[in-house]
Amino acid sequence: MRYSTMFVISGATALLAAGLVMPGWLTFLLTLALAKGLVVMGLLLLMRAGMVSFGQGLYYCLGAYCVGIGGDYFETQNALVLILLAVLVCGALAAVIGLLLCRYRDIFFAMFSMAFSMILYGVLIKSSSFGSSDGFNVKPPLLFGWTPGGESGPLLAYGLAVVAVTAVGIFAWHYLRSPMGYAGEAVRENEIRVEYLGISVARVIYIKYLLAASMAGLGGAITALAAGHIDPEMAYWTTSGEFVFIALMGGTGHVAGPVLGSVLFELIRTYAFQISPYTWQMILGIALLAIILYLPKGVWSLVERVTKRTAV
Amino acid sequence: MTALLETRALARTFGAVTAAADINVTINAGEIVGVIGSNGAGKTTFINMVTGYLPPSSGEILFRGKSILGKAPRQVMRAGICRSFQVAQLFPDLTVLDNVLIAYGMLKKGPLSLIRPLSTVHSIKQAKVLLEEYDIAEYLREKVVTLPQGVRKLLDIALAMIGKPQVLLLDEPTSGVAIDDKFELMDTVMRAVRSSGAAVLFVEHDMDVIARYSTRLIAFYDGRVLADGPTAKVLKDDKVQELVTGHHLEISYPKEVSHA
Amino acid sequence: MKLVIAMLMDGVIYASWLFIIAAGLTLIYGVMRILNMAHGSFYAIGAYAGASLVGVYLAGGYPPWGAYFMLLGAAIFSGALVGILIERGLLRIMYGRDEVVMILVTYAILLILEDVIKLVWGVDAYFTYQPYTLLGRTKLAGIAFANYDIALIFVSASICFLLWWGLNRTRNGKLLQAVIHDRDTAAFLGINVTRMFTVTFVIGAMLGALAGSLTAPGISVMPGIGVEVIILAFAVVVIGGLGSVGGALLGALIVGLSRSAAVHLYPDAELFVIYGVMALVLAFRPQGLFAIATARKI
Repeated sequence: MRYSTMFVISGATALLAAGLVMPGWLTFLLTLALAKGLVVMGLLLLMRAGMVSFGQGLYYCLGAYCVGIGGDYFETQNALVLILLAVLVCGALAAVIGLLLCRYRDIFFAMFSMAFSMILYGVLIKSSSFGSSDGFNVKPPLLFGWTPGGESGPLLAYGLAVVAVTAVGIFAWHYLRSPMGYAGEAVRENEIRVEYLGISVARVIYIKYLLAASMAGLGGAITALAAGHIDPEMAYWTTSGEFVFIALMGGTGHVAGPVLGSVLFELIRTYAFQISPYTWQMILGIALLAIILYLPKGVWSLVERVTKRTAV
Repeated sequence: MTALLETRALARTFGAVTAAADINVTINAGEIVGVIGSNGAGKTTFINMVTGYLPPSSGEILFRGKSILGKAPRQVMRAGICRSFQVAQLFPDLTVLDNVLIAYGMLKKGPLSLIRPLSTVHSIKQAKVLLEEYDIAEYLREKVVTLPQGVRKLLDIALAMIGKPQVLLLDEPTSGVAIDDKFELMDTVMRAVRSSGAAVLFVEHDMDVIARYSTRLIAFYDGRVLADGPTAKVLKDDKVQELVTGHHLEISYPKEVSHA
Repeated sequence: MKLVIAMLMDGVIYASWLFIIAAGLTLIYGVMRILNMAHGSFYAIGAYAGASLVGVYLAGGYPPWGAYFMLLGAAIFSGALVGILIERGLLRIMYGRDEVVMILVTYAILLILEDVIKLVWGVDAYFTYQPYTLLGRTKLAGIAFANYDIALIFVSASICFLLWWGLNRTRNGKLLQAVIHDRDTAAFLGINVTRMFTVTFVIGAMLGALAGSLTAPGISVMPGIGVEVIILAFAVVVIGGLGSVGGALLGALIVGLSRSAAVHLYPDAELFVIYGVMALVLAFRPQGLFAIATARKI
């Protein structure tokens, strides 16, 4: 097994163990941050191909609602089953929407993806059977009827988050080095050239879109299990905007960027909000501008400079 | 014997503008055909149509006897017709090595792998061999955006050749290249191409390059084929001289190229 | 029949203020190629400025009809101020970057302005209804409509006419159109593109603020209205075609009427129908209904 993979896996194991001794608020924060990191990892795949989606919230929300609705409908709290359901449903929707969406670029792709997530928002806000704007509660997750530590879901959700991020991260790392991953870079650089090399650009983007949607659904599902509550806000455009923000902040140069960015974002948001509830958005806005101006490759590029590791 | 590539009455209009009309061209295996014509005469439009980038308004395109009309560039490329571009189409922010690795990687039949790495000892070696053939191996780790024009054009052509095409269409291969380097570039290209046996059609503005490398010449004017025949004969044709090349053109066939 | 009139009127009323904000957004995009997410904040600032200024004015005991001038003044002043500050102070530094990066820059500005609004005006809702109710109501086909809303239709139509006239019949308007069509050529011809940018952004900001301040008397002005409105404005502008003021008009009417139809016929679809129409237009005519052409690549 590669050295770096071993490093990552032992790091993940350490995190898992730490979860048993961490204060509850930290586990919760990390779980949410990791879950969002998953969404942003998917976004990273799209952004490396030059497509900025302002609508990942669609799948984030859909994944969460699948867990919530699925849990009630199938009368199960089995985390793995519900997560699988979420990912499959998101993948299926992406397979349909992607056919249309993947022919668009730049602003139009951004706007179109935003429109779809707002459509879901509009539908959910008005559907009383799903709790309208209040959303509804989700029962805590179980792993085939078992929960660690005897207490309810949070630890299990945390564990799932760590495992998911590690697994998806390893996959994404290999993916970016595969022909398909390089095809994404190529599409970003020169679509015409890609077509003349015998590859369908639309197909490359479509597959990335499917992957990104599935990851977002996974992130949404874990969020639902961790937070115990879901609401239509998850599909509102500002949620999708947050994901893009995190992608920029963490940097798209390495799969660790989204995770780092997400954790930082949650930390900043929590503390900035506590210090002054009326200025945390301003702080985020200024941070975003600063990153665009001075750290266009995101915070991960700082880590790279320190450890002198190469990108991807 | 069926012609390798044949266009019949190929035409293309853009609103009121006729970019191409009644283009009948036949290319056989092994031919080296030059194409001349002033800007806007329809040369690039012709290449864009044949490779499927631009749908013709009317007409037919046959490759090895079968119609390729309506096929996308990626399908035409896989069928066996490749091209280079007036402005080299490369991946600017990636290294030369990555450009070549991607080209080879995309070439494989079947779906692209999502997990196996593109960059392996074997694939890098394969890339080096290709670059050496075109004399640009020294630029392996350089980003394309930093390359001089001549190297970019060579890389562009090298990528076109990766597909082992039976027909190679070169769109102004020496444009933007320093005069002293033009023959060197074309020598390199022709050497690599001749060993593959592909038919070559190259568009050029430089008459010296045309005279030196092409055995057959097609002259475009105003979207139509003005003349099509052996190079020397076409260059001496009155109409061609009047409308395309200019009168009293003296072509010299230097035995040696002087690099003064 | 009553239903049809209700639907039409509501739709046109809704379209009126949508047009004003969308016109500003599309103008900024057309000239500067920036999809300004902060436009929602201009709307909000206009609304807060209008509502608070009218509140202070009326509390001072001044004649009520002057409140309308207060609304206009608040919009023009706040819009111009914020517009100039942002364009000169911030956007200048960012010019030349990728279109999508510029969207993120304006998103950052939106975040900052949302909090600026909270700091200046607090989080309580402003409800300055007097200008709205002062004008009374009219009955049309048995349905009562607020005269303020009807007046809004005329105000919006006048703005539309002014914009059309300004763009097509004045020298500067034609210069602006030149910049919209081809920035570089316009610059080569000696047009001061930098100044055009500033002027356009300020006009756009003022339009956004105007939409806000004119709407303010009829709504409860509170945090978050900017964020809600911007996505509607996007829908309008995408439907009509980015960069086209005529498109903004058509888009506003389409969105206004669709929403109105949904509200009257099938209320649950109210939000969904707007984005549904946006998605439909994007699916079949992505450039929008009136669009600008693009050039050949190879």
